[in-house]
Amino acid sequence: MIRVAVLGAGLWGPGLPGWSDSVPVLRGERPYAEVAVPPPPPAMLSPTERRRTGLAVRLALTVAAEASHAAGIAPGGCRSIFATANGDGAVINALLGTLAEAEPQVSPTLFHNSVHNAAAGYWSIGTGSQLSASCLGCHDATFGAALLAAGAEAVVEQAPVLLCVYDAPLPFPLDATHPTRDTFGFALVLAPAADGGRGPHLTLRYAGEPAGSGERMPRLPALRPLAAGNAAARSLRMLEAIARGEADRMHAEMLDGRLEIDVAPCSTAPASAG
Amino acid sequence: MSSLTITACTVVSAIGRGLHATFDALRDRRSGLVPCDFGGVTIGYVGRVPGLESRVLPAPLAFFDCRNNRLAQLALETDGFAEAVARARSRYGDDRIGVVVGTSTSGILSSEEAYRRRDAATGALPRDFNAEGSHDMYSLGCFVRAALGLRGPALVVSTACASSGRAFVDADHLLRTGICDAVVVGGADTLCRMTLRGFAALELISPVPCRPCDAERSGLSIGEAAGFMLLERDGAGPRLLGYGVSSDGHHMSAPHPEAAGAIAAMRGALSRAGLRPAAIDYVNLHGTGTRANDAMEDRAMQAVFGAATPCSSTKGWSGHTLGAAGVLEAAVALLCLRHGLVPGCLGVETVDQAFGARIVTANAGGPVRRVMSNSFGFGGSNCSLIFGAAS
Repeated sequence: MIRVAVLGAGLWGPGLPGWSDSVPVLRGERPYAEVAVPPPPPAMLSPTERRRTGLAVRLALTVAAEASHAAGIAPGGCRSIFATANGDGAVINALLGTLAEAEPQVSPTLFHNSVHNAAAGYWSIGTGSQLSASCLGCHDATFGAALLAAGAEAVVEQAPVLLCVYDAPLPFPLDATHPTRDTFGFALVLAPAADGGRGPHLTLRYAGEPAGSGERMPRLPALRPLAAGNAAARSLRMLEAIARGEADRMHAEMLDGRLEIDVAPCSTAPASAG
Repeated sequence: MSSLTITACTVVSAIGRGLHATFDALRDRRSGLVPCDFGGVTIGYVGRVPGLESRVLPAPLAFFDCRNNRLAQLALETDGFAEAVARARSRYGDDRIGVVVGTSTSGILSSEEAYRRRDAATGALPRDFNAEGSHDMYSLGCFVRAALGLRGPALVVSTACASSGRAFVDADHLLRTGICDAVVVGGADTLCRMTLRGFAALELISPVPCRPCDAERSGLSIGEAAGFMLLERDGAGPRLLGYGVSSDGHHMSAPHPEAAGAIAAMRGALSRAGLRPAAIDYVNLHGTGTRANDAMEDRAMQAVFGAATPCSSTKGWSGHTLGAAGVLEAAVALLCLRHGLVPGCLGVETVDQAFGARIVTANAGGPVRRVMSNSFGFGGSNCSLIFGAAS
């Protein structure tokens, strides 16, 4: 069992332009309007590096920065785990297209941007951080796998960990290989749970069976297509509970197992023991 | 903090299938590098594992067929590894054993082939192309988990050439939190056009077999490898004594000029292991053979170890196996511990005179109790691991 506190959150998705602007929607107090707005170019990067970043990296850096600020931690001031199922599909697609040509001329910049940890790299470059910045790629299990890894890292290292999970649709023709709805990312700064600590807490357990007691889909019906269609948006049920300040139990599918997630509004016991 | 035990280990690369063959090649100073002729690319040399093209996965695992998973399967069938995992499975239960593996390109070779078969009219990929079982990063983790009959959590780490080194860190976290009782850790990366042409575009491929730390070194040679270890909290065997992870925070593909990230990773590993630098008997360098990497790493070695500790790169044998380098060189570290071997860099005529670390270029014997292994990747991702002999 892993217990962590949530120190801060970041969010970007259609109709969800930032965590603080989206809390009323996640709480069900304002209707959800699915309006896609591209994430802003990352101000933390130099103009040259900013030009080299595409949608996926911008998405990751936007939510990572918001969560860090909300946690009162300077961006890059703690360890991080980035996670994405699709990575940067635009870069991979461009490289694969080039490699299929008779005389391929590969762009060196495209090649170094093709690494799955590109966002983690740009995050550490943009923030000047020399702390650990890892990256996972776990298809539709990416949310659960990354939350498990980040929670375990916070507890074992006894240090805050920035978790940043993001996914953008793949371009044609790769899009057919993993249909992805919209551009969605979230970030949480997790810290080892301390008795009497403030803010929402998460309790995580892994179970090697698929069917669980918890919910998987968001409370708001309007958010369910997004949660069903984007690997990172499988987090929406958990994000709702954090925004509502309510106890709730949900699970994230991890192949034929699951991660059980209990959200508690403060550092009291988990929503339901056992 | 107590160390973790490695209760089983397997490795396959161009220098051999299994620990015995790998050790024989190291002892006999026999390189696996050959002129590159792969996927229409004929640039430099590669470390290629023979026979992968004709290998067939067991029928229940056919969904995962691709070069990367074929090599992973070959490793699982070697050194009694699958049998060791089966024993752990009956001891702990299939849901208590996790899989944490690293890869940089997974089965992207399959996508390269699929792009060559796109529909001439629409540009669509062929209908029989299965990206989830090949190209996707998670394919490797799902394959290993299914092949070993496990039901624990599976993570795929992809931090470029630090991937399978970093996997040991996440495996450690899953064991120490009690999420798992054992973890299959390691990784695989295989030859593909993407990395052969990508490193060529960066002008980092050596026209001759790579010779890390040589004054005349001219780049890297790409290789392929798969390796896995079974990591447990208790038991008999060599130990994972510590790890250090860091970022350069400098550039996506160029190393940090002052080696700050590499120094932080190495010092972090020593600190985690509770060891002074003098306690390390040998350092297996990242040592790719590029001018910038090797100079940076020499600087880091001098800062942490001075000129005292023997160090070398074994990439002259295997080539740079990218995301698999961490676990391949972890297996080399275990062989050095078991056999009391310090393998000197292969193919080096004259060590770069600007270097100040104790670069060794001939094999030496003697007690080897603790080995550090370095892996550095694009994105400025750094990982140092320390392994100790079985007590």
